[in-house]
Amino acid sequence: MTTKTLAKGDAVKVIYDVLADIAPEVDASEIDMSVDLTEQLDLDSMDYLHWLVGINAATGIEIPDRDASHFMTIDGAAKYLSDASAKG
Amino acid sequence: MIDFTLPSLGADMDEAMLVGWLVSPGDEVSRGDIIAEVETDKGVMEVECWDEGIIDELLVEPSATRLAVGTPLARIRPMSEAPAVEREPDHEPVAVGVAAPPPPHVTRTVSPPVRHLAHQLGVDVDSVAPTGPEGTVTRDDVRRAAGRRRVSPRARRLAMDMGIDLSVVSPTGPEGMVVVADLGDVEPEAAVPTVATEPAADDPAIAMRRAIARSMARSNREIPQYSLVTQIDMKRALDWLNDANAERPVTARLLPAAVFAKATALALREVSELNGHYVDDRFEQSDDIHLGMAISLRTGGLVAPAIRNADALTLDELMAALDDLVRRARSWKLRTSEMASATATLTNLGDRGVGTAFPIVIPPQVAIVGLGRVMDRPVAIDGMLAVRPTVDATLTADHRVSDGHRGGLFLSALEQRLQEPEKL
Repeated sequence: MTTKTLAKGDAVKVIYDVLADIAPEVDASEIDMSVDLTEQLDLDSMDYLHWLVGINAATGIEIPDRDASHFMTIDGAAKYLSDASAKG
Repeated sequence: MIDFTLPSLGADMDEAMLVGWLVSPGDEVSRGDIIAEVETDKGVMEVECWDEGIIDELLVEPSATRLAVGTPLARIRPMSEAPAVEREPDHEPVAVGVAAPPPPHVTRTVSPPVRHLAHQLGVDVDSVAPTGPEGTVTRDDVRRAAGRRRVSPRARRLAMDMGIDLSVVSPTGPEGMVVVADLGDVEPEAAVPTVATEPAADDPAIAMRRAIARSMARSNREIPQYSLVTQIDMKRALDWLNDANAERPVTARLLPAAVFAKATALALREVSELNGHYVDDRFEQSDDIHLGMAISLRTGGLVAPAIRNADALTLDELMAALDDLVRRARSWKLRTSEMASATATLTNLGDRGVGTAFPIVIPPQVAIVGLGRVMDRPVAIDGMLAVRPTVDATLTADHRVSDGHRGGLFLSALEQRLQEPEKL
């Protein structure tokens, strides 16, 4: 459960922080936030799952399997987290 | 007395450098304890001990010297062998020498220079196991204790290349970990050049490429291999997986890779001549199924550590094991037993686009299973055209041990298992 609303900018920061653990060699400034992340960064299914688990751990926001499609891009993920935290 | 030797390191790696000891003389060890770290062509690995007893003597110091598999590294006194002084209580106390473990709570003698060194290295001198005469803590004891600090894999490799003695580096990383930035602070005179018997360690990426090349060249040279492919309908398995995951929190989610691994392990149980090692011109079938999982490293290269007894694990256990293995593979924390024990391997290239894989066998194993991407394909079902998610499963196996008929039975067993995901 989250205790406060996550602004979209903060959500983006969390997303990048977790990504840096999984793909430390990636230069964050080169990521296109609107392009499929797994293709862009060559993430495999385990990397991708670790990313979701990391975001869940950092924000407390549960990401049901049916909502995984929101997490194709960083934009989509940030919006989902921001909306989910606003709903409480 | 048992000699603890450098264990087998996996396919075509017969040398390693001792990076550090995690035990000292006098420490008690039991089966499965991680007691040392070695650097191989495939990165730093943790070495487990498969004997029980007390570390009597460390025979090799960490250095850049390449040690052959089988080199004695330490002596372990089994628990059943009581120390000499206890065995013969009537005699005058005999000189037990440095080999004896220090008695617990021994009064330590610490000379001021050694105490100063311990302070410099951030080592609690009262926790150091003394190896000098009459419980004297030596400079080496302190350095050894300091060497047990955590060191990031990159810093360790860099220190090796630069010939820097890690015990003289002041750590600034989290939890006292030595990080790359710390190496720059080492004064030239403090850096103790290590004596290498070979040229300095290569770029790790090149070393890994060479290790893969050795193994794969040997595979192509020695193994007459055949490959079979079958297309497997994945609808049932994926529907079942989606249902299972719908109820699960993200931390307990199952990936198709776990389903594939379990199905492969169970199918290997049915066609046992695909599971084992070909050594000295004969096949040694394994009763245990240790499934090697090909894991690509993000910076390039590949390792294939084993999930031990994969057929006996539940899907949840297998998923946890796979998760753990991938994390450790990518942070260079694999164990030698995992690298050496695989009895057959699964490579799952399907995450990224590949339709059909044609892997080659990793010696001394005799079979490898390759999976392509699960993709929607047109298939004929009951005389009608349908679109179903399917996967191309390839078996490559060693003709010295099996033939296409048996290989076909394996793929058929794999297909069957994937049609009954609830039984996995």
